Amino acid sequence: MRGLDLHSVTIRAADAPLFAPLTLTVPRSTVTTIVGPSGIGKSTLMDFIGGHLARGFTASGSVILDGRDVTRLPAEVRRIGIMFQDAALFPHLSVGDNLAFGLASHVRGRVARRDAIEVALKQAGLAGFAERDPATLSGGQRARVALMRTLLAEPCALLLDEPFSKLDPDLRGDLRRFVFDHIRDRDIPVLMVTHDEADAAAAGGPVIPLGG
Amino acid sequence: MTATEGRTLRLIVLALVAGGLVLPILAGLWETARAAFGVLPAIGATDWSLEPWHRLFALPGFGTSLTLTLWTGFASTALALALAVGFAAAMYDRFGVKGGARLLTPFLATPHAALAIGLAFLIAPSGWIARLISPWATGWALPPDVATVNDPMGLALILGLLVKEVPFFLLVILAALSQLPVRRHLSAGRALGYGRGVVWIKVILPQLYPLIRLPVYVVLSFALSVVDIAIILGPSNPPVLSVAVTRWFLAADTSLILPASAAALLQSAVVIGGIALWRGAERLCAVLGRIWTRRGGRGVSAEPGLMAAGGAVVVLMGLGALALVSLLIWSLAWRWSFPNALPESWSLKAWMRPGSGWDAALENTLIIGIATTTVSVALAIAWLEGEDRARLPRAGWAEALIYLPLLVPQIAFLYGLQVVFLRAGISGGMIAVIWAQALFVFPYVMIALSDPWRALDPRLLRAAAALGAGPVRRLLAVKLPILLRPIMTAAAIGFAVSVAQYLPTLFMGSGRIATLTTEAVTLSSGSDRRVTGVYAVLQAALPFVAYLTALALPAFLHRHRAGLRGGAV
Repeated sequence: MRGLDLHSVTIRAADAPLFAPLTLTVPRSTVTTIVGPSGIGKSTLMDFIGGHLARGFTASGSVILDGRDVTRLPAEVRRIGIMFQDAALFPHLSVGDNLAFGLASHVRGRVARRDAIEVALKQAGLAGFAERDPATLSGGQRARVALMRTLLAEPCALLLDEPFSKLDPDLRGDLRRFVFDHIRDRDIPVLMVTHDEADAAAAGGPVIPLGG
Repeated sequence: MTATEGRTLRLIVLALVAGGLVLPILAGLWETARAAFGVLPAIGATDWSLEPWHRLFALPGFGTSLTLTLWTGFASTALALALAVGFAAAMYDRFGVKGGARLLTPFLATPHAALAIGLAFLIAPSGWIARLISPWATGWALPPDVATVNDPMGLALILGLLVKEVPFFLLVILAALSQLPVRRHLSAGRALGYGRGVVWIKVILPQLYPLIRLPVYVVLSFALSVVDIAIILGPSNPPVLSVAVTRWFLAADTSLILPASAAALLQSAVVIGGIALWRGAERLCAVLGRIWTRRGGRGVSAEPGLMAAGGAVVVLMGLGALALVSLLIWSLAWRWSFPNALPESWSLKAWMRPGSGWDAALENTLIIGIATTTVSVALAIAWLEGEDRARLPRAGWAEALIYLPLLVPQIAFLYGLQVVFLRAGISGGMIAVIWAQALFVFPYVMIALSDPWRALDPRLLRAAAALGAGPVRRLLAVKLPILLRPIMTAAAIGFAVSVAQYLPTLFMGSGRIATLTTEAVTLSSGSDRRVTGVYAVLQAALPFVAYLTALALPAFLHRHRAGLRGGAV
């Protein structure tokens, strides 16, 4: 039973449900896309799955990851990575240290850790960027660093929250290819929410409309 | 036209700040330094020498005083900062910035001396806590013989400083957190497998600290050089350095003035060195923290630590609140023998006793407070208006200038300033006290008013200008009325700071001008808690009245103006 399952998930903001109960299986090695108009609660759904639901929301239903019910677990032990639309790189750390923050702690020793980070930077086409201040990166570079940081933590599932919406249209295609290439060979379930039909088409997996 | 007018205004403000604020501090430091090296013509000392320093080092208790100062200053600041950060981390989701600020105001408004006296009433062996738990829990029929106040380790002093500093840090931290994407970074960190507490330490704190660095230095400087709390709660023999210096300055033996000046100079060296040391520790923490972060460990849960810090802060706040209540109870008590939890008989006699003279002290406090606040608010408005007209952001040196009186220890220049005032013929009067207090009131007024002033919607002023209103009319008819609420709040803060001043009043008034604070501190070492309670209650009540006025007046004047209610501040 490996994969990510949602069982009749509903989220309420001040007693009004945001969408009809959602049941869904996200298989491994594919990108499943949830599409829907802005404001329907797609990001809130992501928050719920990841364990980041803000105060003021109540949710019911359950999240099953690899056969384990994680609904009541704190975010940090769920092993569900998230890529946010604005990258959320930490401004006080260099690019390399942002990746070190993500890199799983079982990679031990200074040299081994530095090598792992260099490899990840190379894969992102950012070799030699370790000492850079994240604020000096372009939007596309920030997004690639954010994906690498997420993957270095070795998540068991990945959530993509409108990952391309803040980018210029001509960059979007490049980054889509980069993101999907990197996660397809990971053998983990990936769930993306977007309001852009082109994202769903590029992901090439099942598409589930939410609300509307 | 506007440009030259702006320039004139700015020149006037600059002259006032330089002549009224910076010059007195520098002149005071200079005179103190001269006396520290043997030159004080007023007592016939005219030869440069190191003699004052030799005498200082030989004074009984000097080494212990210095050690106590460093211990209480660093311990209280570090602990207050850790507790405040921990509390903020544990409670962040539960408190909005506004609600938190409202909760903290009573603690910030209460003058140090009143809070310290209340705390002494609370934790003394014969204090309220001992009475509440005796004899049923402790078996005490008499107050136990332990020093819980004025203990030689300075623990009571540290507790008093914590009660005062933690709320200040919390306010500063809440304001700084509102500028950071805390929620997003918490989510990002936790999605990478880090616990909430670890994310706070590794991600939020490094971004938060640079925003609160200056207030941390202000608190450290305050804790290393505070006098009034240290007299009330601190070790008595030997006391911390600042109290020892005050005693030497005021001693009947005038030859002690020279070593006292040397010690005052040393006091500023302690503060400067202390801040430098703190800065070094910051760097070290940053380096170690970076290495720790790079290792990527998720394992250590800091959650229990955060909860403990949160609990400790709640206890501190509770102690502070009880301290204020105990002031009131004692001022109304008549017969109250030891282990009873409450007085057996109540009386207004302490309030009505003619000899206690609180009416004169209240009058002095009011006159000085109102005068100081008026001068400071007027100067602050002139300064901000000058910045507006010049369309210039505030220069770094100007910001430093505002913080200068808060960073330099009072004791380091007040005696020297008294020498200067004496020469100018204004020592020992109200003018001298008002001037000296304004040095410390102005910075707080300025800090409180700057942000709301800059937040004023510039379109309103452009609209006024387009309708033909000149700069003066824009100031009087648009800015001041719209900014009435923050101006009143800044004034209330200034008034509270003025009421709390101890050392400037004591030194500049040459001991002849009694305010509620000077009287309360003097009485605190005496035995009649009822009379002390009266002074401390009045001292604590005045800032509250000022804050209530600051809330009520704009609310009343703007009662038909929904757009001005609760907006700016």
